[in-house]
This record gives sequence, C-alpha cells and structure tokens, in this order.
Amino acid sequence: MPILDHLWIIIALPLLGAALNGLLGKNCSKPVVNSIGIGSIALAFLTAMEAVREFAQLSPEQIPWIRNYFTWITAGIFKVDFSLQVDQLTVVMLFVVTFVSLLVHIYSTGYMAHEDGYYRFFSYLNLFVFFMLTLVLASNVVLMFVGWEGVGLCSYLLVGFWFLKQSAISAGKKAFITTRIGDLGFTIGILFLFWTFHSVDFVTVFKQAAGMPVEAFGPAGVLTGISLLLFIGAVGKSAQIPLYVWLPDAMEGPTPVSALIHAATMVTAGVYMVARMNPLFSRAPFAMFIVAMIGALTAFFAATIGLVQTDIKKVLAYSTVSQLGYMFLGLGVGAYASGVFHLMTHAFFKGLLFLAAGSVIHAMGGDQEMPHMGGLRTKIPITFWCMFIATLAIAGIPGFAGFFSKDEILEAAEHSNLWFYWLGLLGAGFTSFYMFRLIFLTFFGEPRYDEHKVHVHESPYNMTVPLICLAILSTVGGWVAAPHLVGGTEYFDKFLSPVFAAYAPAQGDTVTRVLNPELLPPDYTAPSAGMDLLHALTGMPVIIALLGLLLAWWFYIKSPETPKKLAQSVRGLYTLVLHKYYIDELYNAVIVQPLLWISTNVLWHVIDEGAIDGTVNGIGRGMRESGAHVRQIQSGNARSYATWVVIGAVAVTVLMLGIWGMVR
Amino acid sequence: MMSVVPVSYYLVLSAILFGLGVIAFVFKRNIITIFMAIELMLNAVNLAFVAFARAHNQLDGLVFVFFVIVVAAAEAAVGLAIVITVYQNRQTLNIDRINLLKF
Repeated sequence: MPILDHLWIIIALPLLGAALNGLLGKNCSKPVVNSIGIGSIALAFLTAMEAVREFAQLSPEQIPWIRNYFTWITAGIFKVDFSLQVDQLTVVMLFVVTFVSLLVHIYSTGYMAHEDGYYRFFSYLNLFVFFMLTLVLASNVVLMFVGWEGVGLCSYLLVGFWFLKQSAISAGKKAFITTRIGDLGFTIGILFLFWTFHSVDFVTVFKQAAGMPVEAFGPAGVLTGISLLLFIGAVGKSAQIPLYVWLPDAMEGPTPVSALIHAATMVTAGVYMVARMNPLFSRAPFAMFIVAMIGALTAFFAATIGLVQTDIKKVLAYSTVSQLGYMFLGLGVGAYASGVFHLMTHAFFKGLLFLAAGSVIHAMGGDQEMPHMGGLRTKIPITFWCMFIATLAIAGIPGFAGFFSKDEILEAAEHSNLWFYWLGLLGAGFTSFYMFRLIFLTFFGEPRYDEHKVHVHESPYNMTVPLICLAILSTVGGWVAAPHLVGGTEYFDKFLSPVFAAYAPAQGDTVTRVLNPELLPPDYTAPSAGMDLLHALTGMPVIIALLGLLLAWWFYIKSPETPKKLAQSVRGLYTLVLHKYYIDELYNAVIVQPLLWISTNVLWHVIDEGAIDGTVNGIGRGMRESGAHVRQIQSGNARSYATWVVIGAVAVTVLMLGIWGMVR
Repeated sequence: MMSVVPVSYYLVLSAILFGLGVIAFVFKRNIITIFMAIELMLNAVNLAFVAFARAHNQLDGLVFVFFVIVVAAAEAAVGLAIVITVYQNRQTLNIDRINLLKF
C-alpha cells in the first residue's frame, strides 16, 4: 500500500506547489508558473486516484484506514495527532476536490492569462487545495478545523484577489467575518465534543456515541447541543440562512475561484462535516430537524432571489446557496448518502456553470449583466452546449446528474415532513425557471450588446476542454446512483453505506420516524435511491422542473414583454426580491451599524483613548513630572552626593539598630 | 597577668577614626584628600575587624582585613589613575569644579 501508507503526499504536493509559486513565481515565466501550479495538482490527483485504487483492495475491517504521522498537541488528556483517514466518504471528496481543482487550474491558465499577479493566483489556488484536502483527510476534528479555517483564509485571499478594487476587499472581509461567526459555534462545539468524549478522534468519538441512546426531541441533550453547535459552523461555511449573505458578494473574486471555492468544494465543507459527524446527528433528532428546516428554507428562499437577479454570476451564487440548502435538507431528513451525492453532482454541474459563465464573461469582454447579452448561442457554441447541459442537470431533467440526486433528496423529504418537501419542490421549480431564464437571456434572442464594441469570441481550448470534461460528468455522473429499474445498481448509496450505517442508531429508532412517526410505515427503512421508475419520471420534481422551463420559455422567448408587465403589476414584491429582501440592509442596520457605533464611541474614544491610552500616557507623564523634581538631586556636586551617602548610611544604621532593639 | 585592653576601646577609636574620615570626605575639596579620607575609613573598619577577631579569638575578621587591604590597594591604583587623568584634563583637583555630570 505505497500511497495509503504515505497519505501525506497527497496534501504535501499542493502545499509544495503553493510554496514554490508563492516564493519564486514572481520571477518565473508563465509556462513555469503553469507547470508548477497544474503539475502539483495533477500529481495530487494521480496520487489520490492511486490511493483510491489501493483503498478498493482493502477488506472492510481495515476501513476507516487511519495513518498517524506525528503527535501535534498533547496537554494532559487532550491529544491531537496529525493523522489522516480514508473511508468511503473521503474517497468521494478526494475525487471531487482533486478533479475539479485540476480542471479549474487548467481553465485559469486561459481565464487569468492577462491578469497581474498570475503567480499569486496559482499560489493561492494551490494553497486552497492543500487545506481542502487536509479538511477531508483529517481523522480528528481539530485537524479538520485546521483545514476548515485554511480554506476560509484562501477564500478571503482569492475573493479579494483584485485588491485594488474596494468592492472586492469588502467582499473578502465580509466572507471571512461572516464565516467566522459560524466558526465560533464550531469551536465551542469541538470543546463540548472533547468535554463529553475526552477525545477528538472521529473513530473514538463515534464508538462512544454508538453506545448512547437517541435523544428526545428537544433542544436539551448533550449530543443535540454538540450537533447544533457544529451545525452553526456549517451554516457559516456553507452559506445557509442566516449567514448566507457572504456568498453572493464573494462573486467579486475571479470566476475560476467562484467555480472551485464558492460552488464545488469549500462551501460544501459544511455538508461534508455534517455527513462526517452523522453518528452524533443521527442521535439528535432536534438537531436533524433544524438542519432540515434551515436547508429547506434556504433552498426555497435563495431560489426566489435568484429569479430576478440580472448579474449572471449572482444568479449562480444564489443558485449555489439554494442547492446547498438541498444538501442540508437531504442530510437533515437522514438521507446522508443523498446529500453527499448531491454534493458531488452539484460540484460537477455548478462548477461547470460557473466556468461556462466565466467563458461568457470572457467573450463579452468582462460584462456580467445578462440584459446586455443575448444571441450568444451561435457565437460561442461550445460554451453554450456545456452550459445547456449543466442547466439540464441542475434543473433536474431526467437522465442528467442533478435529476438523480435532487430526486433522492426530495423523495426522502417527502417521507419525513411535507413542509420540507413542498419547500424543496417549489425551490426546484424556481431553480428550473431561473436557470432557463439565464440560458434564454444569455444565448437566445437578439443580441443586445453593441457588436462594434464587443468582439464576441469563443474561449481558447484550455478553457473549453475543462468545460467539456465537466459537461460529460454532469451528464453521466448521476448514473452511479441510478436506481435498479433504470438499469443502475445504486452503486453510490451502497458504496457510502458503511460510513453512515456503521454507527447508525438501531432500526426503528431512525430519526425520520422520530420526526414524523405517523407519516411512516413501521417497516420503513432509510431512504435510498431505489424508487419506482414510473414514479420517478412522472414525479412532481420532474413536472415542476418542466413547468419552470416552460414558464421561462414563455417569459423570455415567446413574449418578452410579459416579465416587465408582471414586474409592474406586483411592483412591491418585485422590488423586495430584487433587493434580496433587504437582508443586507437589515444586517447592516441591526448588526453592523450598532457594532460600528459601539466600536467608535465606546471602544475607541472611551476605552482605547480614555482608559488604555490614558493609563499608558498617565504613567509616562507621572514619571516625567516626578523625574523633573527628583533630578534636582543630581547636582553634579560630588560632595553633596557624599552627604547623601552619609545620610543614607546613618539612616540605615539607625533603622537596623531600631529593628534589632525591637527584636530583642 | 597583663591587663587586657577591653575591645570597646578599640571600637571607640575605630568609630572616631571613621567619623573623622566621614567628615573629611564630606567637607574637603581636594580629590586626593577625599581619597585619603576614604582610606582612613577603610582602616577604621580594619581596626574594628581586628579588634573583634582578637576578642572572639577567631580568624574570620583577619581574613576580612586582608580582603579590605587588597581592595583598597586596587582602588588606590585605579583611583589615582583617575585623579591624574582628571588633572590632565581640567587642570584642577577641586571637587566642586568637576561637576559636569548632572541633569
């Protein structure tokens, strides 16, 4: 097992690439920077795939495969190892992260070709991959947190990549600070976890948790508390209500960054973490309920905002928030495998959508406004077809990747709580509508740009090849979990089942039943992809997706004046949604402004200037003033010094005689 | 039997010598005189050491005296060198006029 014994190589390669490019890249030519950046990721991808091949030969008792490299922290019973772990969930993440990273790196050589700080960009991207791989390979929660914070750092650096642009800097800070709020919950969760289990290793914790009963439905209970705190971290990182506000702003970063970090990998870290912590969540029905509720609400809410956005990347950003909501909905109703499956398919089709959007922006010379586009279908055919495939996938058209994963989640939600199901279903309709709206506005109709000023051209091959690769995966990627009746084998669910079944609560205690016992037949087992073909093809998700398509077609092809009329007739609602429900303004007024006021008027002018500066300056002034008096003694006259010495000696003598007398 | 001089006599003599040294140290202006006053004080202390050593019949006091003598010799060597340098630079040995080191 050459690679499985040396898992550190997988994460060391991107780190090496980041260091080389960061330290030496400034003086290197672009081909050198490219070879270092892409080469390190390609090698990481190959070693990861070799590790997966070796992993496939392991016997079930050897999984999870854990290798301990050194002890990082010891303090009393608190012990953290630098140890890496591979199990089925890690394998999925390893593949998604390294593969999408590789494609995005290749794509970036085209997209970023004319940018300053080219080497810096690749250094950051490599560093990001390093931290992301640390996150997914970590075998204890503290090391996972290292990766978790590291990807946040890289997100900050890359969102603010164009650091001369004020909006980019603000967006970077917003992304960093908002996720930090969630991380506080995560940190406290880790402390509680250690306090409860006296260990931070996944295996140790899960073995102990397996012996604990499913807690009652309610906010009390230690597992529920830990799960909720960890979920707060996931809410921040994966941009769920109420901490989703940073993700749309993060679109200020270069588009490959949006594709890799803010669609395919980093934002799914929260989903991965909840899935990883499934033994805890499964025993905390209230936490599961909250996860599902937040997920369903986010899936619906973000989709409504996406309906009216005009910036092509903003639509995709809200779409990402919404799709992450579906993943959490899947996790929350106990269908962990479906949530992770959607994570994977989403990484393919949303990564593709972002990269294709980048190609569109590239073709438009930097313009991101959809009302300025139109009729691009024939001008940039490769981009169009790739984006069209991705749209079919995300809308849930049967046969494409998103259909399988989203249907599984909605199927599971239907068995758990009808409210969640309907929210998810409506959100799916909206998803289909805004995605086809994007396609129709961008690629169909008459060109609305000035053809003399904008020279529309297809992107170079190093940008289109990654698009095609992802388009293929967006098409066939769903079939790994295809149900029996359409010729599939549910391979994905079966593959992941050891991770989710190993520490699952005993049958009959399943979370879904606790959530909504009357909905379920007593013999109901965990949701799986095995569903009736007819049911799937005529199911509500497909119907509603087609409805969304039709509506988009009606609005933006058949009668383009309808949307305007509709917007006029419900102007209040339209303005509300267009301004994203004024959530940013609300947060600004309720949280940011009071904090600024307190910081300025209390912390700055009173505490800092008054108390801290006052103390320091006061001590200094006191010293100076007393010194002005004391220095009179130093007259320069040696005989007066002699007199002081004599007086001192006499004083000491008298004092000692006095003490001696008293003692005696 | 020979009458023994009580130790207090020596101590009184030592105190008088030390007092004279102090007075000279404070009031005299010539650096060399001040130097001699310091020597006087050191030897007053030596006298007290010797007297106590004799009274208690112990060697410790004598050992101390040797140390004091060694230190005094070293101090004289360094001190006189400084005195010479001061005189070369300032053409005076009046302590009141060597007063540059002040605030």
